[in-house]
Amino acid sequence: MTVVTGGPAADPVPPGEEEPRRLPPVRRPGAASRVQSFLGRGIVSTVLAIIALFWMLPTIGLFIASLRTPQANSTSGWWNALLEPAQLTIDNYRNLLSNDGMVNAFFNTVWITVPSTLLVVILAALAAHAFAWMDFPGRDWLFIGVVALLVVPVQVALIPVAGLFGDLGIFGSRLSVILFHVAFGLPFAVFLLRNFFAAIPKELLEAARMDGAGEARIFFSVILPLGLPAIASLGIFQFLWVWNDMLIALVFADSRSAPLTVALQSQARQFGSNIDILATGAFLSLIVPLIVFFSFQRYFEQGVLAGSVK
Amino acid sequence: MTATTTARTVPAADQRRAPKRRTPMWLVLLFLAPASALLGALVLYPIGFSIWRSLFNSTGTSFVGLDNYARMFTDPSTFTALRNNVIWVLVAPLTVTVLGLIFAVLTERVRWGTAFKLMVFMPMAISFLAAGIIFRVVYDQDPDRGVANAIVTSVHDIFSSQGSYPDTRPRDAEFLVGSDTAGYTSADPVEPGTTIALPMLGVDAGLLPEEPVTALEPEAAEPGTISGTVWFDFTRGGGGEPGQIDDSESALPGMLVQAVVDGEVVGEATSDDDGRFVIEGVDSAATITLPASNFSAPFRGVSWLGPGLVTPAIIVAYVWMWAGFAMVLIGAGLAAISRDALEAARIDGANEWQVFRYITVPLLAPVLTVVLVTMIINVLKIFDLVYIIAPGSSAQAANVLAVEMWSVSFGGGQDFGMGSALGVFLFLLVLPAMIFNIRRFRQEQR
Repeated sequence: MTVVTGGPAADPVPPGEEEPRRLPPVRRPGAASRVQSFLGRGIVSTVLAIIALFWMLPTIGLFIASLRTPQANSTSGWWNALLEPAQLTIDNYRNLLSNDGMVNAFFNTVWITVPSTLLVVILAALAAHAFAWMDFPGRDWLFIGVVALLVVPVQVALIPVAGLFGDLGIFGSRLSVILFHVAFGLPFAVFLLRNFFAAIPKELLEAARMDGAGEARIFFSVILPLGLPAIASLGIFQFLWVWNDMLIALVFADSRSAPLTVALQSQARQFGSNIDILATGAFLSLIVPLIVFFSFQRYFEQGVLAGSVK
Repeated sequence: MTATTTARTVPAADQRRAPKRRTPMWLVLLFLAPASALLGALVLYPIGFSIWRSLFNSTGTSFVGLDNYARMFTDPSTFTALRNNVIWVLVAPLTVTVLGLIFAVLTERVRWGTAFKLMVFMPMAISFLAAGIIFRVVYDQDPDRGVANAIVTSVHDIFSSQGSYPDTRPRDAEFLVGSDTAGYTSADPVEPGTTIALPMLGVDAGLLPEEPVTALEPEAAEPGTISGTVWFDFTRGGGGEPGQIDDSESALPGMLVQAVVDGEVVGEATSDDDGRFVIEGVDSAATITLPASNFSAPFRGVSWLGPGLVTPAIIVAYVWMWAGFAMVLIGAGLAAISRDALEAARIDGANEWQVFRYITVPLLAPVLTVVLVTMIINVLKIFDLVYIIAPGSSAQAANVLAVEMWSVSFGGGQDFGMGSALGVFLFLLVLPAMIFNIRRFRQEQR
């Protein structure tokens, strides 16, 4: 797929390379190389299309399976519905939405995710402001501590925190799940926001100080508005992370406060016979992240770029 | 959770001078205290407590020193988990990174690259649980339900036209002797130019084609050939004459028939839809054989989630989820590479592979390292995917440290000493990554 751009090929060729090509002194790709480049793009396009199809197939399969009756799913594969669209039905979704346990679990997911996200953003923004714009002894060392905490696995904290929550009498509640998520979301959140806040031009802060603004004013009317893109990235990230979590809720939530992921995993023990609930529930649980993902794709990508995932 | 060099965040220290005055301590505390309190109580204190707790027995009543750690390496269950974690760390991060690199480079060359990125990146937004359920459906053992086995069996059937008839046996047990595990061989040799009838019994009706074809009389054999018909010598509802091809008797297509002389196969044929076959190139009297492969159970696909393949199968699901992550990070790295360097190499006569190998990859090395390290940390802690995808019968074979940690402490084991030891062990495994992060952070600050 080389595009020849012309120019004299006088420089020595790297070892193992073909003879230097005699190139016309025109700075325009020749017809042959344009055809070659076109063909090359065609091949790349085809290969990528096949990969994309394979990548989408599992999710499409789950979605179609969620629209078929349990009987249809137990006797034939989801692809049969492509030939017989009459098989499709929304009964599974109707059943799921009339299943009190699952609806309750869905709202638990919401009531765990929203507060966790808000708390992480607020606490991290405060701390990030201190690390970026306040001067106090030990600041840099403290921040290195935050960087160190980025990779701590939750497993090392599950047992002690379960004991601690037990002593406080909140073990099993949504609050316990929320607190744990906030604590383990903080290092990444502080890290991301501090880097972004620190890049805000100093002059803006100084101008505000000249005008007699206090630290709180500066935080609320300069840093927060300017830091909004990073806050959006962080919010989306934290939202997805908490929404999708299973392990932490599995440990800390009892059956009344368990989110959708935990409710579904208990159904997965009898996989074959529960495929209608599982496929539908899984789709219900992934539709919200997908909406968030497609609506805020740009921020999501920025979040990934600014500090990849746990 | 590591920062990347591709981030658009700017290193802070050189960008701003230190504020002129020290901020009053009470103000600093006001901003830092809430986050610090949570981090101290729910992250820092637990690390210390876990290290201490791991030196005690399951109930915490007696001090056992390093016994839990010793048990970790000797107990078969934790040892399997340890071995699987090694496999995960060796295979998954590298596969994800390489695929991400290939995708990132290829998407730059097509107009719909953004759409492709979106499709491959999408699985990252969904939960491990949903991905686990998705792949349980993909890996269903039954090729009528699982798409993986549907593909594998279709490909297998394209390359093998042979039918399979377990428990089927010849009616004439004196002409053809043997068993379905050894195959059946004619007691006497058959001269070339002979036409033979091979009536069979005991065919499972479910294995016949959906609309069975009525068997036809064999073609007359020419010299040098042996011809015949294989059919199911059974008339529904009774009647019919044994050994005769009656009106409604079904053909058995796909039966492999061989002519053997002195232990060597001199000719073979597979019966057609109408049950007829012709073996050519038979010069002397040959024994007729129906090899055992005709009577083996039909190919029903691969047991993806059986103990042997379960870990690779789950790794595939993991790669499906994370290749997009690597692609996006590497793609951002690619965008930052100067076009001039690539163009210069091309003008110097380097081909696309050389440009990729000697220019692009070295320039991407920092990003590739970050992706690899992030993936290693991520893989060490892998839990949900294994927990959901591995069915009960292969759970032990698919075990990993994080799942083991959960099951010994919360999943019924109640052994908090061992659970703490496993948690601490995972913590020790990510320490090198922690040091890597700190060093890179400090370099960026300089």
